[in-house]
Amino acid sequence: MDKRWNSLRTTSKIIADKIKKGWIYLALFFTLKIMILKKFNIENKKARDLIPQAITVLALLSVIIYFATNAQINMGNRGISFGFGFLNQEASFDITFSMIEYDGSHSYGRAFLVGLLNTILVSAIGIFFATIMGVVVGISRLSDNYLIAKVAEWYVEIFRNIPLILQIFFWYFAALRALPLPENGINFYDISFLTIKGWYVPKFIWTNFNIFLLSVIAAFIAIYFINSYATKQREQFGKQLPATTISLSTLILIPLIAFLFLGVSLTFEYPVLKQLSPTVFTYAGGVSIIPELIALALALSMYTATFIAENVRAGILGVGKGQKEAAASIGLNKNQILKLVVMPQALRIIIPPTTNQYLNLTKNSSLAAAIAYPDIVLVFAGTALMQTGRAIEIISITMLTYLTLSISISIFMNWYNKKMAIKEK
Amino acid sequence: MIKSIKTWILVGFASLLLVACGQGGGGAGSKKSKTLENTKKAGFVKCGVSQGLPGFSNADASGNWSGIDVDVCRAVAAAVLGDADKVKYTPLSAKERFTALTSGEIDVLARNTTWTLSRDADIGLTFVGVNFYDGQGFMVRKNSGINSVNDFKNGISACTNTGTTTELNMRDFFNSKNISYEPIAFEKADEVVQAYDAGRCDTYTTDKSGLAAQRTKMSNPDEHKVLPETISKEPLGPVVRQGDAVWEDIVRWSLNTMIEAEEYGVNSSNASSLKDSENPAIKRLVGAEGELGAAFGLDNDWSLRIIEQVGNYGESYKKHIADTGILPNRGPNQLWTKGGILYVPPAR
Repeated sequence: MDKRWNSLRTTSKIIADKIKKGWIYLALFFTLKIMILKKFNIENKKARDLIPQAITVLALLSVIIYFATNAQINMGNRGISFGFGFLNQEASFDITFSMIEYDGSHSYGRAFLVGLLNTILVSAIGIFFATIMGVVVGISRLSDNYLIAKVAEWYVEIFRNIPLILQIFFWYFAALRALPLPENGINFYDISFLTIKGWYVPKFIWTNFNIFLLSVIAAFIAIYFINSYATKQREQFGKQLPATTISLSTLILIPLIAFLFLGVSLTFEYPVLKQLSPTVFTYAGGVSIIPELIALALALSMYTATFIAENVRAGILGVGKGQKEAAASIGLNKNQILKLVVMPQALRIIIPPTTNQYLNLTKNSSLAAAIAYPDIVLVFAGTALMQTGRAIEIISITMLTYLTLSISISIFMNWYNKKMAIKEK
Repeated sequence: MIKSIKTWILVGFASLLLVACGQGGGGAGSKKSKTLENTKKAGFVKCGVSQGLPGFSNADASGNWSGIDVDVCRAVAAAVLGDADKVKYTPLSAKERFTALTSGEIDVLARNTTWTLSRDADIGLTFVGVNFYDGQGFMVRKNSGINSVNDFKNGISACTNTGTTTELNMRDFFNSKNISYEPIAFEKADEVVQAYDAGRCDTYTTDKSGLAAQRTKMSNPDEHKVLPETISKEPLGPVVRQGDAVWEDIVRWSLNTMIEAEEYGVNSSNASSLKDSENPAIKRLVGAEGELGAAFGLDNDWSLRIIEQVGNYGESYKKHIADTGILPNRGPNQLWTKGGILYVPPAR
């Protein structure tokens, strides 16, 4: 019995050695393939199509298993355990800037959430401004006005050709050097102050914020119905209703009612200069928008806007000249041509590459770590990784998070693209 | 038909899985030092250092590394390979350092790393000793009127490095004093210095030796001062991977040899002449008595080479820390016989 076990062990050792050299995989696949082919003497087309695919999947899986087992063995040898239990442990480090309540007594899981929200915040701000600037610059490049067109062209050529990390450093350190200390902060009517330590703005203090929120939602629903009614009137009876004006006034009117009659009120807490020592000042109260966020959002949107501008220009140029001439011939003015004829067609060209730029911007926001903006890379893949030493777990979570973010943006943009696509009638 | 194919695939997959798992039984720790063998084969010691911290590990304009951390690497190279210059330095950020060590990219980490329980026990590392006793302190502008940590008030902003124990100590300290503060953590020390220098934060906190070293990088070093208080214990020392006891011993005793040499007054210039000293402890240090090197597979002159090529701890400290003006006073980093806490087990 013992002998048998021993020989079995040697055999398995030899096999293990061969696995290391990769031979056994090849051998196994060929045997498998031949076995399957022989067994079914392939007449069935479905099976014939399936087998190569199945074998490929199998090969891929075994490669993954091979590396995973290796990693496990190596980690075991070095006394490193694997697990996600650390997410519930106390993080015990603080974060500069958080949108949810957080301090060091919260868990690593919470710190992850703080980092994720900060990443989403800077990406959202970046995408918002990049889109606006991109559209403006893109249209400007096609302007008949020589100065405007040239300024837009220079902007694009300069900002898309300098590495983003340098631009981030530039905006951060240039801004830090250029901004005044708190005691000499740039004063906006005593309610807001721009200083080296951040941009201090008044804090909104709401009572019955929920009612206000509901009133805004109600306003939007009302606007939706107003617009569909206006479209119906126009299409059926050719009546032009002033839908925009009515919509705007609804948006003001309904929340106004909430303020006047439903007990919603809003007060402001203004930042006040506070002395910490003879020469050290800061602002107390209000909300501080940290310079790291400003610099990062600025750099990301300035950089990405150049690419979006080029997409917009390509989109507009991609609309046939005949379209514009036809629109002009039926008496539309320049703005109407752009809005009603050119843009709807240009959007189809603009959206797919712009989706890429949104994805790039989101991923580029991970450069935040360089200037201490507490995004997911700095907080989670940085500090948390260091404190716990769980490199594999944390890096996988971080990668998965970026993947999820990117895929969400993609899904949304694809939906928007479909909406804008030509609808055959 | 399809079903039976699926079964086949499943069986094939399961057998693969079994074979792959069988491999796990193979690798068990052996007595020999794989790291030592690999180092000898490669001809250099793979050493992880900082990205530039004057006094500890700093590269000059032509790329030559120096500092007391670097001297630990050099001592290991002298002991193992016979030449202190046979070191390959890998500059690492605080974040990368442990992964680089556990993954085998480096074999010794000498990068002003604080010895803590969780690092020692949890993440596959072993600390072999302490080559610098440090503590965390604060730097402020001289004109700020802040003369002690008791002058800190709510709302103060503090810059530091991310991924270090300083982030944790800072929180403990401000919490214990009940002061609300704004922590700003950068990935690299150079950015911390720049941000603090520009006025983004009111104080800069890290190990005191680090503060002293970074102060020299400020646009006007005389405008800044380090507060007297020390808020934490930071025993800095070299680290090796867990699981290679022989290699661990080599690094530990390379460092100990430097300290012991200072204790017995053996230095780089007199070491070889002390071969026929009266004192057996000195004779053991210079390899004239005993067979100490054999214990970890080295010849008997290993310690002599360390002292001759690298020098003793006192020489190393004077050259890199004292003479450069970083910390002229040795403080706790003095021998136990002279009022410090440097005390190493006897080499015998």
